[in-house]
Amino acid sequence: MTAPARRRRPNLAVLGLTPFALYVLLFLAVPTVLAVTTGFFDKKGGFTLDNVSALFTPQVLSTFLSSFWVSGVTAVVGAVVGALVCYALLGTRPEGALRQSINSASSVLAQFGGVMLAFAFIATIGVQGIITVTLKNLGVDLYADGVWLYQVPGLLLPYLYFQVPLMVITFLPALEGLKPQWAEANATLGGSRLTFWVRVAGPILAPSFFGSLLLLFANAFSSYATAAALISQGSQIVPLQIRSALISETVLGRSNLAGALALGMIVVMVVVMFGYSLLQSKTARWQR
Amino acid sequence: MSSPRLGATPSRTARTIILSLVGLLFAVPILAMIEFTFRDGLSGSYTLTHWTNLANPAVNAKYAPLATALANSGVLVVVTVLLVLVVLLPTMILVELRFPRLRRVLEFICIVPITVPAIVLVVGLVPVYSVVVKVAGSSIWSLGFAYGITVLPYAYRAIQANLGTVDVVTLSEAARSLGAGWATVLLRVILPNLRRGILAAAFISIAVVLGEFTIASLLNRVNLQTALVLISKSDPYVAVIFSLLALAFAFVLLLLIGRLSTVGSRRRKA
Amino acid sequence: MDATSRGATVELTEVVKNYGTGAPALDTLSLHARPGEFVALLGPSGCGKTTALRTVAGLEAVTSGSISIDGRDVTDQPTNKRDLGMVFQSYSLFPHLDAQANVEFGLRMRRVPAGERRERALGALEMVGLGGFGSRFAHQLSGGQQQRVALARALVTRPRVLLLDEPLSALDAKVRVQLREEIRRIQTELGITTLFVTHDQEEALAVADRVAVMRAGRIEQIGTPEALYTQPQTPFVAEFIGLSNRLPGTVRGGFVEVYGVELPLLDPTVAPGPVTVALRPEDVEIVSEGALAGVVVSTSFLGSLRRSTVRLPDDTLLAVQHAVGLRTAPGERVALRFTGACVSVKHEENP
Repeated sequence: MTAPARRRRPNLAVLGLTPFALYVLLFLAVPTVLAVTTGFFDKKGGFTLDNVSALFTPQVLSTFLSSFWVSGVTAVVGAVVGALVCYALLGTRPEGALRQSINSASSVLAQFGGVMLAFAFIATIGVQGIITVTLKNLGVDLYADGVWLYQVPGLLLPYLYFQVPLMVITFLPALEGLKPQWAEANATLGGSRLTFWVRVAGPILAPSFFGSLLLLFANAFSSYATAAALISQGSQIVPLQIRSALISETVLGRSNLAGALALGMIVVMVVVMFGYSLLQSKTARWQR
Repeated sequence: MSSPRLGATPSRTARTIILSLVGLLFAVPILAMIEFTFRDGLSGSYTLTHWTNLANPAVNAKYAPLATALANSGVLVVVTVLLVLVVLLPTMILVELRFPRLRRVLEFICIVPITVPAIVLVVGLVPVYSVVVKVAGSSIWSLGFAYGITVLPYAYRAIQANLGTVDVVTLSEAARSLGAGWATVLLRVILPNLRRGILAAAFISIAVVLGEFTIASLLNRVNLQTALVLISKSDPYVAVIFSLLALAFAFVLLLLIGRLSTVGSRRRKA
Repeated sequence: MDATSRGATVELTEVVKNYGTGAPALDTLSLHARPGEFVALLGPSGCGKTTALRTVAGLEAVTSGSISIDGRDVTDQPTNKRDLGMVFQSYSLFPHLDAQANVEFGLRMRRVPAGERRERALGALEMVGLGGFGSRFAHQLSGGQQQRVALARALVTRPRVLLLDEPLSALDAKVRVQLREEIRRIQTELGITTLFVTHDQEEALAVADRVAVMRAGRIEQIGTPEALYTQPQTPFVAEFIGLSNRLPGTVRGGFVEVYGVELPLLDPTVAPGPVTVALRPEDVEIVSEGALAGVVVSTSFLGSLRRSTVRLPDDTLLAVQHAVGLRTAPGERVALRFTGACVSVKHEENP
């Protein structure tokens, strides 16, 4: 191949990348930049720190705390329960129908968050839900202290419904990646099953476990639809507060508060996802 | 006598207890939804009318908004899948073949939407779509551009999982050395080998688009999910029935993805 | 590391391993390894050699029969109580521990005090030629280095038995030869009884005191490398042990006649009649003149010697090994002579 031809080829190929680059620029980069920068402007387009400083008002801080609380609790419980399910699945054949269908069901349910999930839990533990009614007939009143399903605590159970499956699909590959030779080497070197868990499998799995836990946290933290469908009024968690800021812009005249809230969410997400990718790269090196 | 358990394998008892307990807990809300669709108001008795009403034209007129929403979601599915096939897929193949050093960059871009939640993206999409509406009008299909971004991580992973097992560079070099032009290489060598990944990407995109609520709701567009919320206020039974149907549909799609991969691997072994 | 650990006897008595599907993996297998002996289990894949090793390790339970180490029955003893060292085919280093910690693992299990543990691990790494690599992790080591660490890890506890499950099969040819010689050197130094599973006959013959050729869950023949090479008792062993020419012949009166040449029989009791004769390439010579002639098809240079393939008049292909100085060219006509005894004969099977 002659030198000029060689030089021309890549230039033409670069053209092939432009549709994607343009698309991502217009619908990912621009909106993201707009979302995190509008917080620095007022309605007239002048620079201001008012919106960002509003992040540190007690009202907004408490919403962030609620978000952290819901995300933290559902991430920890979801990770533990999901890890147990993964552990149990190790006892089934990898290509068997049971593991395959649980895998598929988990992929569906991990995506299930949203309106339909809210319906499911209203039908289950809503005021007229089947569990609520059944328990009432048994003399137990789920809502003796008020109807909490439409409050922040009400998000816990529905969120777990997609957190556990998400844990199953992200953590199962790590468990499957445990080489049988590690267990056999442990045994031939004189180690017991307890030693295997404490000294071998535990340390090897720890980064993936905590990585998945962070992913679950991020997943709950950024989740909007389920909360929006359950809690139609108010701004108990950050995504709902963004909703309020977007919808009631004319009333409050603070549409740019949404931008500040978005910035706050992004900061949290970036920190969490950075931790996640750090842990992931560690396991990736080990699993080779 | 069976061989000794050394590794992480659980005992049969532990396995059965964990799986049946979690399985049971996860079945309850689904069963509750099904039970709900047969309820006759607050009377405590059961009826089939909520299901039979689906085929009743007189009652159906009431659900016209839902039909529109379904049609809208259909349009969005088509636009999103097209974006995946026409914009994402060729870019991934091109990067694999000609710009291997950009692989990490592409991966980073495609994973970004996980870090930027839909609720954050929508804040920036509001001004973007005020421009889009001026250019392209307010018809529903333009929302597909936003959905293309939402499905990016899923579609990317599905295709990349396939791309990782196929050495497209060697394959295309082999085909080129046998005299094939680039079009032939793409259509007859690369795409057939990526069939599974492409189908999986399309299916997962369909599932995600059908379940999307955040962006549509806050941009004041009508799709399946926003319509379900609306209709649940007047007729919760229909809303739950459609939720169940959508869920079943998504499950079938995901099962198909699972089957695709096993059929593919079995054929490879033969 | 000192050589205080003396090897133990290893004895498998009529061991049967049945997975419940098809033929048994081990079919009443008996094997006796003497203290300090290096025994290779050789055979094609699926012959049960790895299963045999794993029953000794306790990683597989036996269906019937018994296994004893040093005269003590260990058939029902769990792996971690058997006092073994084992190196696996695929890399089995713990990925979260560095080389030093990997080697120390078994000592930790035996509650060896930290100072001694460190010292012995360093010594073991030194012994396998990896002194100074203690802080490397598995992903920072080459395949050969990983197997060296695995060897150090297996030996540092001074076990009485060393089990090697195709430890070299994932390595490059060059590293493979180097490492197998080192394994043999260390094994001789320590005097540890060793069972070595391999499918590579050259490897088995090179390192073992005795080689057991396995087929379908049984030992077909066991003996010193020399005995196996010169006196294979079955055609299967003959074929597996070395590249053998198969030629048509006829047995009559204590001799076998091949292309008009009478060769002595190893086993004079073979019944007369048409047979297939196995003949090693080094027992055929290229001569200036002779009754048997053929045309050279191909020739390859193997370093210290040269190997040519010659087509005989009846289209049979014959491998000939000869000196490097004797250069043959494809198409060249050469005369041949048989110099030694045939390795084995096999009666033509009537299909």
